[in-house]
Amino acid sequence: MVEGKKFINKFNYAFIDESTKKEIRRKLLKAICIPGYQVPYSSPEMPIARGWGTGGLHVTLAIIGKNDIFKIIDQGSDASVNACNLRDFVQSTTDCETTFETQKATIIQTRHRITEEVLHENQIMVFQVPQPEPLRGVERYERKTRQMHAEANYAKMWVSLYESYVKYGDIMRGAGYPVKVNQRYIMSPSPIPRWDIPNLNHAKCLYLFGAGREKRLYAVPPFTNVEPLEFEDVKFKIEDFNGIACDLSGEKVAFLDELYHAGGSTSHVVNDSDFLDKLIHEKRPYQWSNKYLQEKIQEKEGEFTPKKDVINGK
Amino acid sequence: MENRNWLLKVEGLTKIYGEPGKNTLHHTGPLYHTNQCPETGAIVACADINFTLYPGEVLGIVGESGSGKSTVVKLLYFDFEATSGNAWLNEYNHGKTNLLNESNQRKRYLRHHKMGMVYQNPRDGLNFEFSSGGNIAEKLLMAGNFHVGNIRKRASGLLTATEVPVARMDDTPLSFSGGMQQRVQISKAIANNPPLLFLDEVTTGLDVSVQAKVLDMIRRLQQELNIAMIVVSHDLSVIRMLTDRTIVMKDGRIVEKGLTDQILQDPQNTYTQLLVSSLL
Repeated sequence: MVEGKKFINKFNYAFIDESTKKEIRRKLLKAICIPGYQVPYSSPEMPIARGWGTGGLHVTLAIIGKNDIFKIIDQGSDASVNACNLRDFVQSTTDCETTFETQKATIIQTRHRITEEVLHENQIMVFQVPQPEPLRGVERYERKTRQMHAEANYAKMWVSLYESYVKYGDIMRGAGYPVKVNQRYIMSPSPIPRWDIPNLNHAKCLYLFGAGREKRLYAVPPFTNVEPLEFEDVKFKIEDFNGIACDLSGEKVAFLDELYHAGGSTSHVVNDSDFLDKLIHEKRPYQWSNKYLQEKIQEKEGEFTPKKDVINGK
Repeated sequence: MENRNWLLKVEGLTKIYGEPGKNTLHHTGPLYHTNQCPETGAIVACADINFTLYPGEVLGIVGESGSGKSTVVKLLYFDFEATSGNAWLNEYNHGKTNLLNESNQRKRYLRHHKMGMVYQNPRDGLNFEFSSGGNIAEKLLMAGNFHVGNIRKRASGLLTATEVPVARMDDTPLSFSGGMQQRVQISKAIANNPPLLFLDEVTTGLDVSVQAKVLDMIRRLQQELNIAMIVVSHDLSVIRMLTDRTIVMKDGRIVEKGLTDQILQDPQNTYTQLLVSSLL
């Protein structure tokens, strides 16, 4: 073994070597310049298998510095296995500070949720994306989907939404609802619930998406138009919990998890663990504000009678 | 003085597969009874096709199998890229832009707004994974109609016009008979009221009674909507029934053109004479 300063550490700062980090950063800059466009990248080997959050990890490790405060959530929870292990890994390779507090974090890596609490200019949200291609469901060949994106040929996507409405009476996309970014590219927002989709629109923070297995990066820069695909008479809707309240906090306007207990009974709790902690122990944090949430809040206050859907309500 | 009332003008339309040599065009065609270049082996699918189509007119293209008649309409519908040639559409940029040189995006705009195509095989024109209503919706969506209620109203109107039971709108064309599939294809093709419709051997795969019905329907739609059509067929009776003018093709070239009646009753070219005399 060669003795020398170079080999004191077994790995480089933030695990990935500097030139690869530079490559990822350059690809991220490109992704930010073309909102919603999928940029191919190297997707280097990591100590976890591709498809287990490597895309998000690549992005995080490429942009993280010693002064960053890192938070990671898995389906809204700071304490789930995926989040804990990745947090330990990032912390041990970078020595950065970690936190559960949404407001304190500068980089938030996430799997399948946007925080319930509103994000600000100095924050970056990093998504672990399983399938970056929104058109994969209607076109299986990568060569063709890339051409479809290049020519903004989204006919098949729209017809599939129409078909979904005709067959099931609604657009049946729970997670990963397709959005149009900056009036140009159709983008898969990673499997976040519809509840989170409106928070992508004109947000103050930067959203970065990494798909490690599929080797793609994309981004939604701050203050960018992000519109869910919808028809003039069949509109996008966020999840409706029919006035069910969280069992622990009594909260009604937040994304809820349904828990099944032995014996068949169910209960609901707020999905975002940090938001739930603050609801219980401190005062209510600032939530995102969008027109869909406004409707829910007004509904809750009983001042608002929901509009009948034009087609469904005939 | 040139007549300005044209709809589609085609000049020198050529499609060559393979590597053409400098004598390729001189050593192929009806005179040589081949469309394959003896020197390079390149196939001349069609060459030097010139014609003008007027609004509301029905033009027939007739010829034997392999004569290049389908290639002509497929080039004009941008299914393949032409080797050379020009095509102008009066309703697009006042007929000043060569359609064949446009970008794929503009070509798709033209396909969705200004043209319709009915293929011999419904599988080419329809997506069998979508319902027949969805297939029609595709054309309407791409023309900027994003109102599901209106799309369904228009689709059921079209299916009624083409005599497909509206109750089966949400079934996939896979479960339809050949004649019904062809009608769905026609509905899709005329969904945006295009001024120009291409029919490529529409009745070839159908039995005689269904053939007659589909032809009747096409003639009725043509008269009601006053669509200009290019009808490709090897079947002279289809040509006689539908078209005003006819082009006869052989080995990738036009050998004769004129009024349909004239061509059928007094053919001048030897190949046309053979074709007409072999009519049963």
